[in-house]
Parts: sequence; structure tokens; C-alpha cells
Amino acid sequence: MSSLAFTDLGVHYGRRDAIVGFSDTVRPGEWLCLIGPNGAGKSSILRATAGLVAHTGSIEVDGAPLSLRTARRRAELVAYVPQTPNLPDEMSGAEYVLLGRNPYIGYFGVESKHDLAMVSSVLERLDLTDFARRPLGSMSGGERQRLVIARALAQEAPILLLDEPTSALDIGHQQQALELVDRLRREHGLTVVSAMHDLTLAGLYADRLALLHQGHVVAKGAAKTVLRPETLSEFYGVSVNVLHEDDGTVVVVPKRTGV
Amino acid sequence: MLADPLARRTTRSGSRLVARTGRWWLPASIALLLAALFLGVMIGPAGNWGAADWNIIWNVRMPRVALAGIVGAMLSLAGASYQGVFRNPLVDPYLLGVAAGAGLGATIVFAVGRASTSGWLVDPLPLAAFVGGLLAVLLTYLVGASFGANRNGITLVLAGVAVTSLATSIQAFVLQRNNDVIREVYSWILGRLTLADWGDVRLVLPYVVVSSTVLLLHRRHLDVLRVGDDEAISLGTQVTKVRLVVVIAATMGTAAVVSVSGLIGFVGIVVPHVIRLLAGASYRRLLPLSLVVGAAFLILADIPGRVLQDPAETPIGVVTAFFGAPFFILVLRARGRSGG
Repeated sequence: MSSLAFTDLGVHYGRRDAIVGFSDTVRPGEWLCLIGPNGAGKSSILRATAGLVAHTGSIEVDGAPLSLRTARRRAELVAYVPQTPNLPDEMSGAEYVLLGRNPYIGYFGVESKHDLAMVSSVLERLDLTDFARRPLGSMSGGERQRLVIARALAQEAPILLLDEPTSALDIGHQQQALELVDRLRREHGLTVVSAMHDLTLAGLYADRLALLHQGHVVAKGAAKTVLRPETLSEFYGVSVNVLHEDDGTVVVVPKRTGV
Repeated sequence: MLADPLARRTTRSGSRLVARTGRWWLPASIALLLAALFLGVMIGPAGNWGAADWNIIWNVRMPRVALAGIVGAMLSLAGASYQGVFRNPLVDPYLLGVAAGAGLGATIVFAVGRASTSGWLVDPLPLAAFVGGLLAVLLTYLVGASFGANRNGITLVLAGVAVTSLATSIQAFVLQRNNDVIREVYSWILGRLTLADWGDVRLVLPYVVVSSTVLLLHRRHLDVLRVGDDEAISLGTQVTKVRLVVVIAATMGTAAVVSVSGLIGFVGIVVPHVIRLLAGASYRRLLPLSLVVGAAFLILADIPGRVLQDPAETPIGVVTAFFGAPFFILVLRARGRSGG
């Protein structure tokens, strides 16, 4: 269980500010979901945390700055699933999940028995043993997404970053993937930070939402406080109905604006 | 974080799941190499199957076979490594401009004058070829990458063509200003495989051993790079460092073998592709197999050249291009169909 703290985080591409002054503390085992229109800076926060872009300010895991760590040590703490992962067609499911053990294998080393055991244990837990020998190119979108999560799990990092984990999936596989993340979060105490477009799903699974707009946080908190028609209208430029179900679920439905 | 008892229980099945398939490919490829060695030593214009005397076998055929094997092994291994590091199955030492750059480097040394450098402690010729090759591949990469990430990798190949033309034109200019060294330069470019002796083997072997050792040690990293730079970095791989080390090692080996074998195209693209089709695309298998099969391939490709137009020689580069060029077109077509 690890906490993730952002202090005055900034990400700049040339003279364009992707993220300005982002501060937040994600508690151990908490799920924070970043929402906001395209280009709001959601991915930039995830990419900075994964060490893929330079940033100003600090990102700390359990009080220790990530920037002081080597790529390998950082990968032991933070697992990152990009929006469109590259899955080489000819690579087998087991070979792919084994990539998650990369931070634990020395520069000139090969994987140990423990690494292999971890791979088969993860495959077993995610019900993917049948896919171990199959090439990734022969798998469906839902199966591939589960393997990507399996790879992140094999990485044994306490913090999981998910960039649009459901954008390429149908509604059934969206639910399956998010349920899987939620289950793993409860079983392993993973701290999750995700970026999502589907506001209803975001509110359903995350503990907290942060709404970003042009690099700034404009609303933060539980789903029912962030997902309000006037807020969404202001920052997404959309007119929506927000329905509150009896079980506390917040449902965001677009309104027809045509004549 | 995962329960240990479970991990222990699945240890045996786990070791069977990963990278334990296809172990017989290495013995099979070594058998192929031994057969190629045998044929290469036994077939030649001076008589086959033991009719030739020992002197010819030891001083003419064996160094030639050894050199062809070393050159083929290095070019295939370098080709597979470049393909891994650039995530592009279309590249090889020639298409990236390495050979042309090495040729330019060597030409400049010849133009400055071999006499003036004869007193140097280290022969500057292989070094100049190495530096020329390295500059060429870096230029190709920078030009190719500047057109953005492309999925079918054609721009990197086009950049290689442009860099090759540039290096060749500079070389032509240098030669025009120094036409007294044209003969020396061309005999270097065309190679001296046909005149190979044990001295040539001794000259290239150290470079090839160092280069192949470094490349083979990076084969697991090349598998990590298959998921792309961003994911490889997030998995803890120092992508820039790995790419630089692999490119330097592959270029050093290529420059060294080019300096004795001349231009032999397509080995670095044909051999890794055939292995991918037969034994899978994992670099952990691809690199060692490329080394062994590449050696066998070039030894075998050298045999028709010796006997086809006997007593004249068909250059080995002609043989490999004859088979390699159509193969390259097939690969391009297959990639075009799959949408790249």
C-alpha cells in the first residue's frame, strides 16, 4: 500500500502548458480518476508519473520523490498502461506478461524461476492460462486488455496508472476490465490513478474524481459533487442530465439539443 | 504481493510456459552450419571431395570459408539487432547506410594516403570505416525519426537510401580529387573474400567477437523494446542507452566485416526473416539463430560463385542480391497487405 503525492506538478511541451500547479494526495488503496475534455492534461499527469515526460514540481511515493529513482526502481513502484498499448502480434501471452518482470531482472540477466512462477500465478488469477502460449495477434480486444492488466500486475508495483483503459472496449468488456482493476485494488491494496472519458463509469468505480480543464483542476471530490450539469456544461460544453440512482450511482446522460 | 504458496505450486508449469519452446532450433541450425562448413571446404575448382590437396584446402578454402562464415554471422546478427532497436523489420546494415558510410570513411583514409598513416600504432582504416558507418546510421535515424513515428517503417528505409546517396556522392567527389587511389578504394569496396587468407580472419575476428557478445547480451532488451519506447521506459528499461549501445556494437561489427568482404547486401534482412517465420519473432531466439544461420547461409552462398563460371568468380554479393532482392519485395508486399 503506497500513497502518491503530487505537489505543484507542471508539464510543459515547449511553450504550451499541459498541466499547471497540480497538487493532490492519493491515499494508499484509493482510486483517483482524472476526467476532462480532450487536451485537458489527464494523460500528461500519468505520463509524468511514469517518467515519460519531464515535469516541474514533485511526485512522491510514500514521501520519497520519484525523480530521484532510476527507471528500474521507478518501475518497481509504478505500473503504467497507456491508452493504446503495443502488443506485438507474434508475442505469446506468457512472453508479454513476463515483460512486467523487467524491473526485477538485471541488465545482463535472465528471468529467474520466481519471475516465471509470478507470470503463471498472475495468468492463473486472471483466468488467462489458456492464452499463455497463444500469439497476441490472435486475441480479441477484451482478451488483450486483460493481458495488459496482467502485465501491469506482474510488475508488482503498488501504484497502477491507467490511461483510458476502456476506450477500445465494448460495454461488456469495459465492465469486465474495470471490475478486474477494482478487484485487484481490493486484493492487493493497489493505488490507482486513471484517466477516463466515460463519466458514469468514472463515478462508478473511482473514489474521487478530479476534473481538469486546460491544465488546471477545476473541480475535485466525490462523483456527486463533481458530476453536476452546470459544471459539465461549463467545461465540456455539453448539456447533460445527471441522474442519481438509489444506490448512489451518478449517471450522466447527454441531452438532445437539436431542434 | 502475490501469495507465495501459490507461486511455489506453479513453479514447474511456469517454467514451461515461457521461452522453453523450440529449443531444438539451435541444434538444428548448428547442424546446418556444420554441413555448410563441410561443403564449403570440400567443393571448389581444384577438385571436390578430397581430390584437392591439403595445401589448397588449408590455405585457400578454409580461410575463405571461415571468413564467409564470420561475415555472414555478423551481417545477420547486426541486421536482426538493427531491426530490433529501430522496431523495423525492413532495415539492415545496407539499407541504413552503414556500409556506404563505412566506405566513405575508408575512402578518406585512402585519399589522405596510406603511406602517411603506416607508422601509426593502430591502423586507422577500420576505425575510419566504423566512424563513417556510425555517422551514417545516426543520420539515417535522425532523418527517419524527424518524419514522426510511422507504423510501416518506410520512412526509415527512405532516409537510409538518401544517406547512402549522400555518402556515395561525397565518396565520388573525394575519389575524383584523388584518382590515384581509385584502384585501392574499389578493391576495398568490392572486398577480398576471393583472396582471403588467415590474416584477414585474424583482422576481423576481434571486432566481430566483441560486437556479437555485446549484441547477444542485449537480446532480452530488444524483446522489451518490441512494445515501444514509452512502455519499455515504464517497464524500467533505459531505452536511449540500450539503443545507443546496440547501434554502436552492430555498426562496429558491420564496419569490420565490410572492410574485408565488401558490399554483400540482403544477408541481414533475409536470414532474420526466415528465422522469424520458422522459429518465432522473439529476439532471445532470433539473435543466436541469426548468428549461426547467417554463417551457414553465406558459406553456402559463396559456393556457386566458385564453380558457376569456373575459373572466373561470381562475386558473392551478386549471389546474395539475386536471392535477396526478390525476397525483400515479398516482405514489402506482405507488410503492405497486413496494413503495416
